[in-house]
Amino acid sequence: MGENYALELKQITKRFGSVLANDHVDLTLKKSEILAILGENGSGKTTLMNMIYGIYYPDEGHILVDGKEVSIRSPKDSHHLGIGMVHQHFKLVDVLTAAENIILGLPGKTMLNMKKVTAEIQALVNKYGFDIDLSQKIYEMSVSQKQTVEIVKMLYRGARILILDEPTAVLTPQEADRLFDILRNMRDDGCSIIIITHKLQEVLALSDRVAILRKGRYIDTVETAKANVQSLSEMMVGAKVDLDIDRPEPVSPQKRLEIKGLTCRDKEGIKTLDDVDLVVNSGEILGIAGISGSGQKELLEAVAGLQAAESGTILFTDADGNQKDLAKMDSVEIQELGVSLAFVPEDRIGMGLVGDMDMTDNMMLRSYHNGKGGLLDRRGPRQLATTIKDQLEIMTPSISSPVRQMSGGNVQKVLVGREIAQNPKILMVAYPTRGIDINSSHTIYKLLNEQKKHGVAVICVIEDLDVLLALCDRIAVLCGGKISGVVNGRSATKEGIGLLMTKHEKGGEQ
Amino acid sequence: MKKEPFLKMSRREKISWQKRLMIRIAALLLSLLVCAGVIFLLVRMNPFDVYKAIWDGALGSERRIWITIRDTMILLCIAIGLAPAFKMRFWNIGAEGQILVGGACAAAAMIYAGDKMPPVLLLVVMFVCSALGGMVWGMIPAVFKAYWNTNETLFTLMLNYVAMQIVTFCIVFWENPKGSNTVGIINQSTQAGWLPELFGQKYGWNVLIVLVFTVVMFIYLKYSKHGYEISVVGESENTARYAGIRVRKVIIRTMAISGAICGIAGFVIVSGASHTISTATADGRGFTAIIVAWLSKFNTFIMLAVSFGIVFMQQGAVQIATQYGLNENASDVILGIILFFLIGAEFFINYKVERAKK
Ligand SMILES: Nc1ncnc2c1ncn2[C@@H]1O[C@H](COP(=O)(O)OP(=O)(O)OP(=O)(O)O)[C@@H](O)[C@H]1O
Ligand SMILES: [Mg+2]
Repeated sequence: MGENYALELKQITKRFGSVLANDHVDLTLKKSEILAILGENGSGKTTLMNMIYGIYYPDEGHILVDGKEVSIRSPKDSHHLGIGMVHQHFKLVDVLTAAENIILGLPGKTMLNMKKVTAEIQALVNKYGFDIDLSQKIYEMSVSQKQTVEIVKMLYRGARILILDEPTAVLTPQEADRLFDILRNMRDDGCSIIIITHKLQEVLALSDRVAILRKGRYIDTVETAKANVQSLSEMMVGAKVDLDIDRPEPVSPQKRLEIKGLTCRDKEGIKTLDDVDLVVNSGEILGIAGISGSGQKELLEAVAGLQAAESGTILFTDADGNQKDLAKMDSVEIQELGVSLAFVPEDRIGMGLVGDMDMTDNMMLRSYHNGKGGLLDRRGPRQLATTIKDQLEIMTPSISSPVRQMSGGNVQKVLVGREIAQNPKILMVAYPTRGIDINSSHTIYKLLNEQKKHGVAVICVIEDLDVLLALCDRIAVLCGGKISGVVNGRSATKEGIGLLMTKHEKGGEQ
Repeated sequence: MKKEPFLKMSRREKISWQKRLMIRIAALLLSLLVCAGVIFLLVRMNPFDVYKAIWDGALGSERRIWITIRDTMILLCIAIGLAPAFKMRFWNIGAEGQILVGGACAAAAMIYAGDKMPPVLLLVVMFVCSALGGMVWGMIPAVFKAYWNTNETLFTLMLNYVAMQIVTFCIVFWENPKGSNTVGIINQSTQAGWLPELFGQKYGWNVLIVLVFTVVMFIYLKYSKHGYEISVVGESENTARYAGIRVRKVIIRTMAISGAICGIAGFVIVSGASHTISTATADGRGFTAIIVAWLSKFNTFIMLAVSFGIVFMQQGAVQIATQYGLNENASDVILGIILFFLIGAEFFINYKVERAKK
């Protein structure tokens, strides 16, 4: 025993005040294997990994690396042991190049031979087939390139055990595939890899074994070959789960929004939206598909008034037939009309939520200015927080603990839950289930459907085409800022949408 | 394996207010102990005598008590002014300038309108003028920050020097007696524009004005919509934008309030304490108040206690300086040691340090 395992955790326990984040967890990682860790939001995955990486220290339990018991008190210790971790929030210096970031913080001689170091890193990059330019500055990079830098950084420090916490949450499906190829290369080269993800398809496609956590407790480790989506989700939740997505027929849809000739430019003057025409109806869910960066974010922001339109109109018609051009209004006025945007950014805290505030105060973010007088009324928000906490099963000691202390997925639930609770006329959600476990994702789909039944016009950007095809009534495909087609969600195929995503002229059925 | 560190640090998840208070009291006691050691090493004097002198200096007589109270109120007023700005993460280190401009406005009203108005009206005019002066001084960097994203730290700092030059310039006109290069006591004979006694206390009005601010600012920051907007903007402008908060408006409005209160602190100094104006009117208190605001985590009632503590030490130090013929800087040394320990206590409040267990 022991010899076979690169890493072994025995009876690891970690408490945060009254929260038992890990409860006597056992885990084994073999040499040359990819181990996936599955668990609902708040089940303690990140906490467990942080203990292996030395960010937290376990209250109880033992960690064995290569069969020897070790004590990891800081990331420095874990580097010595050949352990590397890539967090969801990258820790890179924006103004430095990739190579400079990679060597940052490493001990070395007083004189730095950058040429030699760069050559060493380049060799590593070629060996595993990474796709980065070492002399590029971080701020010019896409999310996936930044992630690559993080991985190379860990490898250059000699990591043989690599931990990736939800690496694919911010990647496009294509980028994720490329990452998986690299991870397989690394495994074949003898590295051991732990990957956390909520996407069961990825678990099945990539991993050798799957370890499952539930509410801080270790449930089991199974061979991936013997598992399927249904069995894994049942182990995670501990009960039978219904993985079907409902799609009720739209009830008396009315034209709610008519976008005509909408064009936007970014700071550099490049067109992000190019002559977009789109109709959004009440009582239906309109999906937006497209390769990332095709203008999805800009489209939603333009409707919400957060992005100035260069030309074009965004005509909003309310239930009584009154019309307003949103392109001429500012975000505050648009919000008052009942247009709500739940954009779930790559960086969750910092755009939709205030990390240091508790759930109640975060609920107020949208509604604090309602009501007379200059003083706040916290009763309504407190009630709302309680409702959302129950409805979405948000794991937090109380609605008055700061949201910063919640697990990633739970933070997200707070954000999406709040937007849905605004009772908007138009609800726009972008990546609503990013980082959310499968069970809660389905709860969110249900909530979106409920909004639809109430006559809300729902617009959602979701990267997973299977979900789009199961949930949406219509799907608009964006390609390079242009609408390349609007298809019927009930009859369209994945392949058809895939083609439109890379095609530049208009097509498809309305 | 490498050697294990002897001590282990970890972030505290929660800490009760009793424990927090205990840590702070321990820090204060420890700092007094170190001060005693330093005093003894430097001047070979019995530390207890020195402490007694400090106590005497701050609270030894009724007059001294009132001076301590007066200075506490002024420091507190400035800290209250800074609180909303810092809560918004707007690094307003320009309180000095805002105080000077406010003070200069009050002095100007005293000098030019002193014999043209009924006393009560004059005081009201002075109050309003100083608030407006401070407000303008606070809004200039805010407008630049809001519209052109200039760095407010440098901007507010530089405005301090501009304010000083303005006061120097005014002194040329207000010199009294001529050639003294100081303004002297304004309206000494008529006492026009001097804050009158309240409840038989010379500094009664000072206390009343500042205590009203203490309560109002506490409510403003914690329970008002504006206060909520300030916290959101301070945390992240992006979040604020997404929430539909008009960020520019909030920045400018908050700095207007911050500047106005600092300006009023200038009024309290000129009208309620010194009855004159000079470039030393602010006397570094605009900077000391930053520490007060931060140490109190923007809770105005805690600010009251912290301001008192600092002024107490300052008054005490002046006393030792005169009584034992020490250099005035001795007081700075003592205050420095105490602040070091108090700020250090924040570390122990946020982090837990334990012996590493095997
Ligand atoms: N620093 C902290 N302070 C207090 N509680 C914490 C802290 N970090 C984590 N927790 C709590 O510990 C539990 C486990 O959190 P963890 O982040 O490990 O979950 P997770 O499995 O990674 O979830 P997700 O899938 O949502 O990322 C959660 O209930 C969380 O609220
Ligand atoms: Mg996590």
